[in-house]
Amino acid sequence: MKGRGTRIAAHVFLVVVTLVTVYPIVQIVGISLRPADRLYSTSLRVIPEDATGRAYYSVVFEKDFLLWLRNSAIVSAIVTLVGVALASTAGYVFSRFRFVARKFGLYSLLIAQMFPATMLLLPLYVLMKGLHLLDSMAGLSVAYAATALPFCVWTMKGYYDTIPRELEEAALIDGASYWRAFRTVVLPLAAPALAITAIFSFMSAWSEFMVARVIISTRTLYTLPLGLESLSSTFQTEWANYAAGSVLVSLPVVLIFLFLNRYFVSGLTLGGVKQ
Amino acid sequence: MKASTEKKIFPYMLLLPTVVVMVLVVAYPLVYNFVLSFKNMSMYHYYDARFVGLRHYASIFTQTELYWVFGKTLIWTVVNVFLHVALGVGIALVLNGRVVGSGVFRSLLILPWAVPQYISALTWRGMFNHEYGAVNLILKNVLHLAPIPWFSDATWAFAAPIITNVWLGFPFMMIVALGGLQSIPHELYEAAELDGAGPLGKLKNVTLPLLKPVLAPAVVLGTVWTFNNMNVIWLVTGGGLPADKTHILVTYIYKAAFTYYRYSYAAAFSVIVFFLLLGFTLAFMRHFKVTEAVFE
Repeated sequence: MKGRGTRIAAHVFLVVVTLVTVYPIVQIVGISLRPADRLYSTSLRVIPEDATGRAYYSVVFEKDFLLWLRNSAIVSAIVTLVGVALASTAGYVFSRFRFVARKFGLYSLLIAQMFPATMLLLPLYVLMKGLHLLDSMAGLSVAYAATALPFCVWTMKGYYDTIPRELEEAALIDGASYWRAFRTVVLPLAAPALAITAIFSFMSAWSEFMVARVIISTRTLYTLPLGLESLSSTFQTEWANYAAGSVLVSLPVVLIFLFLNRYFVSGLTLGGVKQ
Repeated sequence: MKASTEKKIFPYMLLLPTVVVMVLVVAYPLVYNFVLSFKNMSMYHYYDARFVGLRHYASIFTQTELYWVFGKTLIWTVVNVFLHVALGVGIALVLNGRVVGSGVFRSLLILPWAVPQYISALTWRGMFNHEYGAVNLILKNVLHLAPIPWFSDATWAFAAPIITNVWLGFPFMMIVALGGLQSIPHELYEAAELDGAGPLGKLKNVTLPLLKPVLAPAVVLGTVWTFNNMNVIWLVTGGGLPADKTHILVTYIYKAAFTYYRYSYAAAFSVIVFFLLLGFTLAFMRHFKVTEAVFE
């Protein structure tokens, strides 16, 4: 079918594109292995001759990395809990019941998802200042929940739509209450969607920088993105530490993502798939 | 509880927590943002802010910032989304052919999407550093070209985040396109071949028309994401360097609010952006009729 030449050209093209794509990631790994006296390096070697794990030790034990990790974990966990609890119930109602303002609700969630974080951030900032919620984990969690929730509700609703109604109807006929039918029949079946919603909420809080930068100002409350940015902004001195921290933070996220990216795509493009 | 009463109450009970949260943290702040846009709240008038009517709107529409920043936002969005789709679909087409190790290529090419965005942006900022950044080192030492003054020249300073964001964004389109390609039935290609279609004819008459419905929502989503993306511009250009010449609408508002403390001015600006995006969203929903199917 295809000529030999085309096939070779296709492989060469893919190799070149992949090398360019992977280069920045390989570079940051390389920098994280640089010894402290080689930071002003103008060498293009990817792995330095005298590679060392010193920066990893330094960023974890000599910087506030573990503190940032703890703060990020707390905020992400709160956002995940709120996201899953609210989306699993609201999504179910949107999927199964017809009620006043149902369309309005779905539209609002869709539109809320399309608006920039700044638009919400500014009024939230002023309101939180009045309520003394600024510069606190609680304030940051509120802001994150507000931005993650619409996507979570849509994802859950989309998944519930694929579960046949007959299953709960059978339970209802057997005398189960609506809550029981939801809790014991539908919810267990929706486990994959719950996992995706949880991971999405967690990762959106885990990797957020611009909102955290405005709400948090005390250094001891820094999340990982704020902490790593503070290392990177003193460019040459901490660059290896920044790189090592970035590798540590990205690794779990990248691994999870490689396994789950198909689900994200189907959740995001549900409009096109369902026709 | 009687079954019929439960049936009536149950959905509202389940919905209530979400409605309360959405009203408190989304709806109320949005309304407050409107109110704010008619006041004069700033660093000097924080606690004694009062209503000043349409003053901010008048100054925004009569000054040139809005038009400049809007123009840059358009360039930013169009260039990015175009390159995301072109690269994503192009690579997906090659990857979908008979390729040795296509799974490995796929996993490696998806990496820019997997890495947290702020880390990619900060890393690229380092790579654009004038003296020590990898980009200029490659230009100088490998290609023997003059190094580029990335952050002192306004045009290059705008090109840097665009390059970063193209790198960040094409994997999403690639994955969507790959999914679409795999769902095209093989018989269609065989039929096209029987009709005497060459590779180009098959691409034009089978592949692209069938990819369109899959790509359309992804393109709209990508457009909104790109339009709203603060991370890349802010972190790569260090908050709009040089001299606030590299802003798009969202970063401009962010800086006006949180660096210059012009709260009400920023609120008015974001109301204008709100209506721009609302118009775009509604037009899109009407055009593609996405909602019809999903609302059922």
